[in-house]
Amino acid sequence: MDLTTRYLGMTLKNPLIASASPLNSKLDNIRRLEDAGAAAVVLPSIFEEQIAREEELFDALMTTGIDTYGEALTYFPAHTAFALDTVRYVEVVAEAAAAVDIPVIASLNGVTDHGWIEYAREIEAAGAAALELNIYFIPSDLSLTGRDVETRYLEILEAVKETVKIPIAVKIAPYFSAPGHMALELDKAGADGLVLFNRFYEPDIDISKLALTSDLALSNAYEIRLPLLWIGVLAGKVKASLAATSGVESGIEVVKYLLAGADVVMTTSALLRHGIGHMKVLLDDLESWLAARDISSPDRIRGRMSRASVDDPTAFERANYIQVLQGYPAA
Amino acid sequence: MAEAKRQKATMDGNTAVAHSAYRVNEVCAIFPITPSSPMAELADEWSSRGETNIWGNVPVVQEMQSEGGAAGAVHGSLQAGALTTTFTASQGLMLMLPNMFKIAGELTPTVFHVAARSIATHALSIFGDHSDVMATRTTGFALMCSGSVQEAHDFALIAQAATLKARVPFLHFFDGFRTSHEVNTLTLLSDAEIRAMIDDDLVRAHRARALDPEHPFIRGTAQNPDTFFQNREAANPYYAAVPGIVDNAMADFSGLTGRTYRLFDYDGAPDAERVIVVMGSGAETVRETVADLVARGEKVGLVTVRLYRPFSVDHLLEVLPQSCREIAVLDRTKEPGATGEPLYLDVISGLAAAVADGRRKAMPKVIGGRYGLSSKDFDPAQVKAVFDELKKNVAKNSFTVGINDDVSHTSLEVDADYVIEPDDVVRAVFYGLGADGTVGANKNSVKIIAEDAGLYAQGYFVYDSHKSGAQTVSHLRFGPRPIHSPYLIRSANFVGCHQFHFLHRQDLLRLAAPGAMFLLNAPYAPDEVWDRLPRSTQQAIIDKKLKFYLIDATTAAREAGLKRRTNTILQTCFFALSGVLPHDEAIAQIKKRIRKTYAVKGDKVVEQNFRAVDTALQRLHEVKVPKKVSSRVERPSVVPADAPKFVREVTARMFEGLGDDIPVSKLPADGTFPSGTAAFEKRNVADEVPVWEPDICVQCGQCSFVCPHSVIRAKYFDETRLDGRPKAFKSAPVNARGYPGVAFSLQFYVEDCTGCGLCVEACPAHSLIDPGIKAINLAPKEGLVEPERDNVAFFEALPVNDRARVDFANVRGVQFLEPLFEFSGACAGCGETPYVKLLSQLFGDRLMVANATGCSSIYGGNLPVTPWAKNHEGRGPAWSNSLFEDNAEFGLGFRLAADKHLDLAQALLKSLEAELGGELVNAILTAPQIQESEIRAQRIRVGELKAKLLQLAEHNPAANDLLSVVDHLVRRSIWIVGGDGWAYDIGYGGLDHVLATGRNVNVLVLDTEVYSNTGGQASKATPLGAIAKFAAAGKRVARKDLALQAIAYGNVYVAQVAMGANPQQTLQAFREAEAYEGPSLILAYSHCIAHGFDLRYGLRQQDLAVASGYWPLIRYDPAMREIGAAPFRLDSPRPTIPLKSYAYNEMRYRALALTRPQEAAALLKEAQEAVEQKYRAYEDFARMKSGPIPAEATTAGRDI
Repeated sequence: MDLTTRYLGMTLKNPLIASASPLNSKLDNIRRLEDAGAAAVVLPSIFEEQIAREEELFDALMTTGIDTYGEALTYFPAHTAFALDTVRYVEVVAEAAAAVDIPVIASLNGVTDHGWIEYAREIEAAGAAALELNIYFIPSDLSLTGRDVETRYLEILEAVKETVKIPIAVKIAPYFSAPGHMALELDKAGADGLVLFNRFYEPDIDISKLALTSDLALSNAYEIRLPLLWIGVLAGKVKASLAATSGVESGIEVVKYLLAGADVVMTTSALLRHGIGHMKVLLDDLESWLAARDISSPDRIRGRMSRASVDDPTAFERANYIQVLQGYPAA
Repeated sequence: MAEAKRQKATMDGNTAVAHSAYRVNEVCAIFPITPSSPMAELADEWSSRGETNIWGNVPVVQEMQSEGGAAGAVHGSLQAGALTTTFTASQGLMLMLPNMFKIAGELTPTVFHVAARSIATHALSIFGDHSDVMATRTTGFALMCSGSVQEAHDFALIAQAATLKARVPFLHFFDGFRTSHEVNTLTLLSDAEIRAMIDDDLVRAHRARALDPEHPFIRGTAQNPDTFFQNREAANPYYAAVPGIVDNAMADFSGLTGRTYRLFDYDGAPDAERVIVVMGSGAETVRETVADLVARGEKVGLVTVRLYRPFSVDHLLEVLPQSCREIAVLDRTKEPGATGEPLYLDVISGLAAAVADGRRKAMPKVIGGRYGLSSKDFDPAQVKAVFDELKKNVAKNSFTVGINDDVSHTSLEVDADYVIEPDDVVRAVFYGLGADGTVGANKNSVKIIAEDAGLYAQGYFVYDSHKSGAQTVSHLRFGPRPIHSPYLIRSANFVGCHQFHFLHRQDLLRLAAPGAMFLLNAPYAPDEVWDRLPRSTQQAIIDKKLKFYLIDATTAAREAGLKRRTNTILQTCFFALSGVLPHDEAIAQIKKRIRKTYAVKGDKVVEQNFRAVDTALQRLHEVKVPKKVSSRVERPSVVPADAPKFVREVTARMFEGLGDDIPVSKLPADGTFPSGTAAFEKRNVADEVPVWEPDICVQCGQCSFVCPHSVIRAKYFDETRLDGRPKAFKSAPVNARGYPGVAFSLQFYVEDCTGCGLCVEACPAHSLIDPGIKAINLAPKEGLVEPERDNVAFFEALPVNDRARVDFANVRGVQFLEPLFEFSGACAGCGETPYVKLLSQLFGDRLMVANATGCSSIYGGNLPVTPWAKNHEGRGPAWSNSLFEDNAEFGLGFRLAADKHLDLAQALLKSLEAELGGELVNAILTAPQIQESEIRAQRIRVGELKAKLLQLAEHNPAANDLLSVVDHLVRRSIWIVGGDGWAYDIGYGGLDHVLATGRNVNVLVLDTEVYSNTGGQASKATPLGAIAKFAAAGKRVARKDLALQAIAYGNVYVAQVAMGANPQQTLQAFREAEAYEGPSLILAYSHCIAHGFDLRYGLRQQDLAVASGYWPLIRYDPAMREIGAAPFRLDSPRPTIPLKSYAYNEMRYRALALTRPQEAAALLKEAQEAVEQKYRAYEDFARMKSGPIPAEATTAGRDI
């Protein structure tokens, strides 16, 4: 069976990618993912805020109290060269790229087009096969219009595209008035891939401490619906590769995403839940499903259930909604 | 070599010296001491980076436990044949003296580099003079003095070349701070030049003389009357050869570099009649002045002494013009009781000998004088005063210059208007705060101008005596010629005031020259700023016709994301206004430097600074100066009108920066200063201060317990006293049962607060409805000062709570005890001072403190103010600092005297029983004095006794005697306080001995695990895996377990505490230690700025240190055995978090993980294992009924 898949212009051995997660920060885990069959790994995101805050914090800590009192004009050995976490990240990229044969995709998580984009260049130099731009922007500034938000996405992408030559995938959230149009614009702006969708950390409230808490529940299989919808709509309409993420628990979701038109399928939650070895389970599931139908390659099924391919495209539209509601048993 | 090819650089004197010394040595053994520490730190840094000396090998740098240890290691290394050096100053040099005699006696080539500094006498001073060097005159070291950054760089090499040839060791010295810390432009010696100066045959000869079992000999014998004397004289030829050798080395140096020096250099009129002889940086000032006076037609000259010892009279005579009739010899030292200071005596005896043997025809008139002690500024006006004095028929001998001596009338009149600054030199003075980065930016400016713009530049920085909210004054000169003006600017053509509030405190414009530019950073619009100025400032601007510019740099910095660091913005404005460089070039160079300085810190920081540069000029405005003063704002008096006379006449002058003008008569001859003057210095350094929410407060006392600056005070009082309270005064019913009608108030002294936020972090009381609101919250200070001033006055008028009624046993009670250590200049969020304050609260009215030199002696006793205070009865801690190394012994001395005088008092009391009444005498002699109520009762008895004694005194000598020691009848609490540098390193031998005496002393170690006061050098308390200076690659050995070492004596009470983890245990330990009738030792975890984290979270870090098991809380109380209990108590639970969760919150640990991750991981693992191992051992000790030391081994030594 030939599972070979094209993603971001690269040829992958299969369509399964380990998406950005803390698991992928360790070299050992990356090797194990490769062994378990992952066709590529996305390294955990380095956050723009992390870059900025880290720099500011270290600067503040290293300069607190200096040049104040004649006996102690400094408090640390001079020229203590601090490799920031960001530098460390670049090292991880280099180490991972050297350690495994599968492509290593770095991930930058930001909301502006400021200095952090410089890191893209370093990441490229360190040997990342591609870069996933995780634009994680919550427009809590109520004066921003939808167009403002869209423009920001496009500007960030353009800035990074100008900076590096490696392929760029853009990971976006579904919260646009017209997610499909946004995807088209990103495609036009040069995105080599679109990763659908980002999940936002949404705050909760701890009522005993009167404090906001934030955590992220692992995704579950039900969450594939939204990405499935938009991949189905976009398949065949964009030049960019389409990556599906969220809700991949078993081979079933992998197959569904491929049917909707995803080039690759990414997973994190299932790996966190079941361990790295689960990658092998997903791959086996996919192969069994294809083998049971005597299908030699995922290319044969990719997009077969996309909006463009199905007989009744209204299933991807409002009618679908009505149908669901009508079909829902009354309490 | 052509001058053009030589590398020009800007650096300070310490760097310049270290650069040369490092290249010509193989071993450095050192111990940090101001102002020499940077030399050793640089050597260590270069060594850890693998930089090589001229022979291509990397010198070894070894930090020792004291300068005594460093000198011993130097001596040993020299005897074993390595080229070895050390860097030191002041007290450090004193500790080296014994070895210096040995090293010289054995004719061992070495150069000690000394940033000359005052020796502590009536007071410690970190600043520069020659009193330390002069104390080495009898050691046999040759003494060579440099007077500028360039000379210091050059002489470090010349001395090395000479010592190798002469075999006589050299002490190369230069003025501490004035030269060691002055940044100036110099021509750097190339390695080839250095190489050419050092003769490898002499290096090999030194090695050949080394101890070597292959051809053994004995050195360091003991001799007897038969031979010692002759043997001592045998070295004479070596000393006789030294001047010639140095002369030759200087000639060689001149040939190589074009810079010519002689043993004595002469400058001035060839037919000079009046000549000053001087050495060090003062010579530079005299040279400049001589040039000016000669240009005015005066026949004056200067002899600069380069090689002071051996003192070559012939070389002096060679340069001293025959025309010279009057000589003034200036010494930067004082030798009380001598007929003159050392250089004066050498000159006069040399000339006398020359006249006697015919080398000179007539004896000139020679006078000697003192100048510049402790870095007292020495300027051309003073030089002129000396020359003027020489003109007089009867010139003062043993004069002083630069002070007003209205007691012994030694001082010369100085014409302050004599200024000789050339017009083409830009002279800029900047007033900033330590925290705003002014000094850093100015150091950058010096580099830009000297290295990038091809001009010559000089920077000198004056720091005040506080560690928080400290003012810095930068003196910068730029010009087309090398700058040889080692004195402060008195006629500035640019004055920058980077903090608006300084104008209300000091007359900053007194240094402004007529027509100068004045740049003010103020949060006002150009059209409103004028009337915000004090009247005196307006007057000065008008009178001096200043060009007045305004920038709101604080807002600009905030907008650029730079928080309080306004430096880049103000630097840009300076360049724009001063015109030192063309505008665009200045901007480009500033950005280049920003990139260089901040690149390591990341693009974000660079970008923020770039943004600041770009926006700075948009906010810069010239202010149109009105013709008339219109302000209603007067610069307020810095202390209240009703402050004590001493505070008004002395302390206040120092606050205003006018300490130089205080005459001798106003100062206490023996260095005795009044307690508690810190209360008069309202520094207002915090932007945000705590605000109390009485309704949420549970009155637990945690906030005041942890406050480092004693600005949170609590009282309970009858609520009827609230009548007439200020409108803003807050109170709440006391939160305790059985106190109806009693109110509680928590008062914040916001003008003394540093805004550290420890109180907010310590506060356990949260609002039930408002998220994030506690019983204490920080709020902007604006608008709070005036009402809080009224509140404080009202609060202070409320009765002080009766100590006898306060429950000392819990934290809640302690808040009602007056702190007698308040408002110190310690860092905001200091981890040490809460312990010191606690000491003062618990035992302050009967407390004696022996304080080791270090942070605690600096914030405890660095003038202008004294934070150790008196209570409302006039009692309070009696505090003194002796030295760094002797503190335990010093404190033991307190105990010996107290015990002796208690014995005496008791004996006299018994002898006067008939006169005084048996009941009173017996009560006094037998009264218990452990509980506060018992102490109070004894005080009443002793009061009664004093009254009776006063009646008897006239006719009864014994009564008089008893009166002189009667205070000892109240139990004294003697505490020996210091940091880990003292306790673990330099003072360890003494501490060990004192603990072993069994005497009743209490030792409090404020353990920051690093030499905090001198800037973070490693001590033996520094933990495994943390970086520090001299442990840049992370400390490889675990910290010493001083607690266990003390426990090993068996009879020492030992506690390890961390206030942030368990304040109650801290309190308990302090009280138990004090009550224990034997030696006690408390190791107090003290978070510190040198740990590298936001000190606001200091208490949390303490808690984590304990939770990780790194800092187990223990109490070892030998007295427990007497009641059959286990003496060793482990007060903290088993580790609940890994060490990493504590350690990696701090830069000292994290830095290594970032730079050398694998090594850091290995060290962390090792450290984690060590923590677990120690905790298990402690658990075992806690299980042992008799503790880790068997009871029978511990019976001796108590109750001496």
